[in-house]
Amino acid sequence: MRIGIPLESQPGETRVAATPKTVTQLVQLGYDVEVESGAGLLANYHDSAYAAAGATIGDRASVFASDVVCKVTAPSSTEIAQLNDGATLVSLISPALRPDLVDELAERDITVLAMDAVPRISRAQALDVLSSMANIAGYRAIVEAANEFGSFFTGQVTAAGSVPPAKVLVVGAGVAGLAAIGTAKSLGAIVRATDARPEVAEQVESMGAEFLPVEVGQQEVSSDGYAKATSDDYNAAAARLYAAQAPEVDIIVTTALIPGRPAPRLITADMVAAMKPGSVIVDMAAANGGNVEGSVANERVVTPNGVIILGYTDLAGRLPTQASQLYGTNIVNLFKLLTPAKDGQLVVNFDDVVQRGMTVVRQGEKTWPPPPIQVSAAPVAKADSKEVVTPKKRVKQPPNPGRRVGLTIIISTLAAGVFWSSPETFLSHFMVFMLAVVVGYYVIGSVHHALHTPLMSVTNAISGIIILGALLQMGGDPSWIVKALAFVAILVASINIFGGFTVTHRMLSMFKRG
Amino acid sequence: MGLTLIQGSYIISALLFILALAGLSKHDTARLGNYYGIVGMASALIVTIVATAIGIKSGVITTPGAGMTALALLVGAMAIGGVIGVIVAMRVEMTGMPELIAMLHSFVGLAAVLVGYNSYLTHGGEGDPIHLAEVFIGVFIGAVTLTGSIIAYLKLSAKMKSAPLMLPHHNVVNLGAIVAFLAMTVWFVLAPSIWLLLVMTVLALGLGLHLVSAIGGGDMPVVVSMLNSYSGWAAAAAGFMLGNDLLIITGALVGSSGAYLSYIMCTAMNRSFISVIAGGFGSDGVVTGEMKDYGDHREIDAATTAELLKDAKTVIITPGYGMAVAQAQYPVADLTAKLRALGVDVRFGIHPVAGRLPGHMNVLLAEAKVPYDIVLEMDEINADFPSTDVVLVIGANDTVNPAALDDPGSPIAGMPVLEVWKARDVIVFKRSMNTGYAGVQNPLFYKENTQMLFGDAKQRVDDILKAL
Repeated sequence: MRIGIPLESQPGETRVAATPKTVTQLVQLGYDVEVESGAGLLANYHDSAYAAAGATIGDRASVFASDVVCKVTAPSSTEIAQLNDGATLVSLISPALRPDLVDELAERDITVLAMDAVPRISRAQALDVLSSMANIAGYRAIVEAANEFGSFFTGQVTAAGSVPPAKVLVVGAGVAGLAAIGTAKSLGAIVRATDARPEVAEQVESMGAEFLPVEVGQQEVSSDGYAKATSDDYNAAAARLYAAQAPEVDIIVTTALIPGRPAPRLITADMVAAMKPGSVIVDMAAANGGNVEGSVANERVVTPNGVIILGYTDLAGRLPTQASQLYGTNIVNLFKLLTPAKDGQLVVNFDDVVQRGMTVVRQGEKTWPPPPIQVSAAPVAKADSKEVVTPKKRVKQPPNPGRRVGLTIIISTLAAGVFWSSPETFLSHFMVFMLAVVVGYYVIGSVHHALHTPLMSVTNAISGIIILGALLQMGGDPSWIVKALAFVAILVASINIFGGFTVTHRMLSMFKRG
Repeated sequence: MGLTLIQGSYIISALLFILALAGLSKHDTARLGNYYGIVGMASALIVTIVATAIGIKSGVITTPGAGMTALALLVGAMAIGGVIGVIVAMRVEMTGMPELIAMLHSFVGLAAVLVGYNSYLTHGGEGDPIHLAEVFIGVFIGAVTLTGSIIAYLKLSAKMKSAPLMLPHHNVVNLGAIVAFLAMTVWFVLAPSIWLLLVMTVLALGLGLHLVSAIGGGDMPVVVSMLNSYSGWAAAAAGFMLGNDLLIITGALVGSSGAYLSYIMCTAMNRSFISVIAGGFGSDGVVTGEMKDYGDHREIDAATTAELLKDAKTVIITPGYGMAVAQAQYPVADLTAKLRALGVDVRFGIHPVAGRLPGHMNVLLAEAKVPYDIVLEMDEINADFPSTDVVLVIGANDTVNPAALDDPGSPIAGMPVLEVWKARDVIVFKRSMNTGYAGVQNPLFYKENTQMLFGDAKQRVDDILKAL
């Protein structure tokens, strides 16, 4: 089967659905690949490179006549009309936001796979375009902010005075938010982040940012890995948090998106007005209506008090080379899934939740929305957590002194009774014994854990001291049977002594400092 | 030779033994500690042999020296034993340390039994009741140590199935044996006879056999350190019976050390000593708990793992006994050296019960020339997992099982584990998806950040080295 890679027709789109590297991989899966002339130019991939990777270079009509067409942006009506009957289209579709587009696609006898409808399960991570693009966009959001920001990100002490570090607030700690946190952090800024899902606090902290929790009652845990619409209580508490942060921070990056719905309005005009002049806001949700009041999609807006609001929606496309490579790799991973026999024959298997979830149209039949699936890694609902019994760990109770003293007195009295009736020699030996036990406890308690095996072998060697008993029994003139038993005892105890010390020495000489 | 001279030298030996154990507490002084032990042992042996040869003079009582035959036997036995000991010690593989140590414990047990019999035979039925009781107790501990250690040796060297042998009412049997022993002790003190001693010896041998047979392979570290302790108490009991303080001190030191190590092992498994000895954990060998669906696991290949490691800043390797079985410690050491040369911070996290002996993993890594200061204990390293890029789990299973913390119904619930799943990526080297010693399914394998690298650990680590 032939895969067609067209030049993107949407103005401003710099990406391409395949790179020379991914073409090689598609060819290995048994496909022929035809790339429209100039398709990769904006992403710095030339026709010659595609040809070298095994693709043929064709014109627009023949590319759209391929069995499979892979695009980045959603197709236009003309493009839909250009597809052959029975063809398969792979592209970003946003099926939840564009039902009209899905209906239009379903009028044709084609199969459509939406790259932005990949279920969020671990197995499907490799083809999740939203993650790979969000990662790039998060990075670029900070780069854009830095470009607009009139100061350093990192704090510096110079001869001309000290520079305070920039303070960055990231709202929404999904893939894009985490990428923004990482980038801002590596530029040296102080980074804070907040998210409606309390379970991401750990991830935020692992990136080196401070997590600002929204103090509110139980927040619903998402079952599909995405955030959900929040309650009114939550929204009020979050607004208080943003209002408190706005005057303090220099840069705000908002990434809050709820799949299939307009972006929630998080930062109000009042909050923007409270920010310092020269502060920068990057609204990564501008395409879906924006998280920030006053942001305009694809525009740079400067508010009356000098706050710059960036509503760029093409952040990922601003890194076209890398974005195309990641998108292309996502596509290759999809084809690996769709080509189980690696024979260049595409098979859509509806028993697989990943393939089922992505397919919005199958041979002219609308299959959107897919039946809901449960993400395997979704945490168990927090409401149950009150019932969860923590695994019992034997916790040492601090000893009750009164009881301890009482017990000691009782044991001592009993022991005194026994000792009273014992002969003197026994008691002097017993004294030595008890002291040795205590000394042993303290000496051995401080042994380094790595030396436990040598400790065992050396104590083994010295426990061969029992040989003394056998040696002494050879003294005098014992009977032959005593001699024989002593002989065996000396023999085995000697093995212990010599073997134990030797093996300890061998082990200890192996330990080396790095 | 005067008794005071002998006892004086024994005091010096006892102090040297304490210094030996104290020396082992740190790497820097460990070798010195071993030499202290050797000097202490040598001085005690020389003085005792000379005293046996020329006789002991204590006040007005003089014990005559040994006859020529006795002396020849003595020297011969020591020479044979010494040669065997040194040869075995030089030849043993570091992975075979647990077997060797178990075998050596059985020798102490045997010596204790023989010395006990000799003591009875030399003094006959006369003597004070305390002495008789000491003989009886010494022989009992020695005999239990003897057969217990032999079974431990057979299990550790896989010459016997490591699965626990569960007789019906095995706890009652053990308890019965101990009660019978106590009753026989009283009887023996009142009416000493060699037959009673023999019957009790057979009983003790059986008890040792039964006690260790009932314990499964996963609990062997506890058993070995417990037997270490027993061999010490056996020596101490011999000291009481012979009135020899050096034996008592040494026996007590060894007994303490074994007891302490058993205690560490038991805390590390969050179980009581009694429950280990009574058998139970890992004893049925089947998957316990309901069969939960944990989802799918993901696989990774060696080349991708190599990429992941190259790009990582911090790597922690958590080895288990599987690494020793596959003899993978050498390629693991090479991998460590190579990654460190690339500027990757590589460290090791050792669970207290990893391996078949306390500290076994440290010895194996030391043998492969892994510097000891990057080999850390569980408590030292557990806090660092969240800031770690890649964790390699090599041949470990139960010691990295999150169910121990998450699942109160798990048989290993409450056992402290290495919290590897908090790292960014976890690569698990494993032969198959089988369960570990505890027979518990491991949810770690199904976590989102976990990838499985199947196959022989040594082979796979070699593949990674090649890819690097």
